[in-house]
Amino acid sequence: MQPTSRAFKENAQRALGDANLQKALGMMRTGFPAKRAAVVARLPEFDALREQGKAIKDHVLANLDLYLEIFEQNVVARGGQVHWCRTPQEARETVLAICRRLDAKTVTKGKSMIGEEIALNDYLEQNGVTPVETDLGEYIIQIRKERPSHIIVPAMHLVKEQIADSFRQTHKDLDPARPLGEASTLVAEARTVLRKRFFAAEVGITGANFCVAETGSTVIVTNEGNGDLTQSLTKAHIVMASLEKLVPTLEDLSTLLRLLARSATGQEFSTYTTLSTGPRRPDDTDGPAEYHVVFLDNGRSAVIGTEFQDMLRCIRCGACMNHCPVYGVVGGHAYGWVYPGPMGAVLTPTLIGVDEAGHLPNASTFCGRCESVCPMKIPLPRMMRHWREREFQRKLSPPPHRYALRAWAFVAARPPLYRFATTLMSRVLGWVGAPRGRFRSLPLAGGWTRGRDLPAPQGRSFMSLWAERRKRSA
Amino acid sequence: MSEARGQILGAIRRSLKRGPLDEPERAAVAARLAAHERNLVPARAASLDHRGQVDLFQRMAEEVQATLVRVTSAAEVPAAVADYLSLHNLPSRLVVTPDPQLDDIPWSARPMLEVRRGRAEEADQVGVTACFAGVAETGTLMLLSGPQSPTRNNLLPDTHIVVLRREQVAASYEEGWSRLRAARRGADGSLDLPRTVNFITGPSRTADIEQRVEVGVHGPRRLHILLIDDGASS
Repeated sequence: MQPTSRAFKENAQRALGDANLQKALGMMRTGFPAKRAAVVARLPEFDALREQGKAIKDHVLANLDLYLEIFEQNVVARGGQVHWCRTPQEARETVLAICRRLDAKTVTKGKSMIGEEIALNDYLEQNGVTPVETDLGEYIIQIRKERPSHIIVPAMHLVKEQIADSFRQTHKDLDPARPLGEASTLVAEARTVLRKRFFAAEVGITGANFCVAETGSTVIVTNEGNGDLTQSLTKAHIVMASLEKLVPTLEDLSTLLRLLARSATGQEFSTYTTLSTGPRRPDDTDGPAEYHVVFLDNGRSAVIGTEFQDMLRCIRCGACMNHCPVYGVVGGHAYGWVYPGPMGAVLTPTLIGVDEAGHLPNASTFCGRCESVCPMKIPLPRMMRHWREREFQRKLSPPPHRYALRAWAFVAARPPLYRFATTLMSRVLGWVGAPRGRFRSLPLAGGWTRGRDLPAPQGRSFMSLWAERRKRSA
Repeated sequence: MSEARGQILGAIRRSLKRGPLDEPERAAVAARLAAHERNLVPARAASLDHRGQVDLFQRMAEEVQATLVRVTSAAEVPAAVADYLSLHNLPSRLVVTPDPQLDDIPWSARPMLEVRRGRAEEADQVGVTACFAGVAETGTLMLLSGPQSPTRNNLLPDTHIVVLRREQVAASYEEGWSRLRAARRGADGSLDLPRTVNFITGPSRTADIEQRVEVGVHGPRRLHILLIDDGASS
């Protein structure tokens, strides 16, 4: 999939003018943070659990090679297979080869961000296998030929009228007289259409929220139950996972599960948490005859040991984007690739390069809300700063920015000069702006004043007030 | 072993600035797995006595739109099922898993109920299953797949009725795992997990359309729990 992250500014501009998107984002901004806050408040141990969750993931990353080996041994011991893929292309080919061997015409899919990362659907389609997304949100964007705009709510950017239109265009058997005005009728329609698909598919593909080393199990967490039908009604279950999904034991898994749903949707627990271990047992009357785990590296092994290693703790809950003031007004598509919001701003440059995605770590106010709600305590703002530094060092930002930054750095590193310059500037601006109290436009500040007024400085600077206060208390 | 496997593991080791782990370090990881110690378990359920945990299970399950009715013995289950079905205008045809845990339910006491023991199929509207445990802290059911308990019975029928016995209620997920570890020890002493462990908390739902919660997407629209509680102190 061709990233459009280079066009972040244009994407964002367009997003701000999209009335449907703004309506959808408005619902998200009020919904998710309140639900999360309520459910976190009910669990006094939440912060202590975050510390433990972080420690579990850090321990796994320090021993990742061994945990992967142990996981593989246990998958094989239960009759499953593990496939190792360095690149998206290797992962796509691995999945296709399994589908071809089983003569699969259609595959059902549970939600998988790795599937998105490697653009699996396009590849399967080009090769004569029809993928059917079964998570409601993923299904909606699949029939609209769109990308997910949120990692857990893929169709977050849409309002129900748009979804009704898409169903009418795609579902040929749908009675035109049938009303689709409510979310409930849309859900019922999707259920009917997809139920048939579950029974028709030969292969089921899901993602993995976690892989348990101790037992060789993969774990999916859903609310709909689609991932469960996907894997139990087909001949083969293929699990798409990235390397860092490992956890040591079922007890460690339990700790992380307590953090995931609360951080993601503000639920106490998601409706379905499912552990899958190997293929169906000899006497079982359902379940897949084959079980494959496809591990994708795609640059992650090189992230270990760098200043971005903490990002590999991410459990993909989406709390960072739910609480991000930038995501909250531009939505996920503006970020131009698979992972949006603060986690995307850090992860995307590691996966597709900072020259491609350099805008993303700049699309932040550094308010720090993402880090404060991250269940894995990932220092997202600090890592965005690392990307900005790299972008500067590699001379990827435009020259005027760089000169301005140099000039600012020169002044800021000399406190007397800085104080003199800022005092002078605020006096001049305060004097010029005094009649109106604000500026409608200002040279060099067009980026700000195009959309809003700049208040004129008033009174004295923090530094001078601070100095006076210290003198008084001395 | 594939070339990609070696390269990926090699790349991880290079990034960690070391070779394969030495024996003492491998032993430390093996010991951590063998000990599978619990991390912090919230006090919410763990601080209650078992009676309190059963009540908490009910409250948490009802909070997520599951329904729960208490009966005092397996003999009362058929009547409770019949009442539930007629209350919701549901068909009286049931698919019941061949789970031995359900063998003591006298279905013939309610001849109006048409009971088939077996695997759920597309046409089945109402399913009855047993379960392995109920987790009090979030009102979560823990179900295991097996020859007598196909996973699809938990998912395909529009109405899922689960028979839970009071002593199956556990405080936490960890307590559930402890019971499973005790029940399914493999020949080599390690845990022999079934193909599927389903944790189910309320009926199927989605909030994918305008973040409005809608119940009954792909899995059951109704989750009804029959709690067999003989009232003895536990």
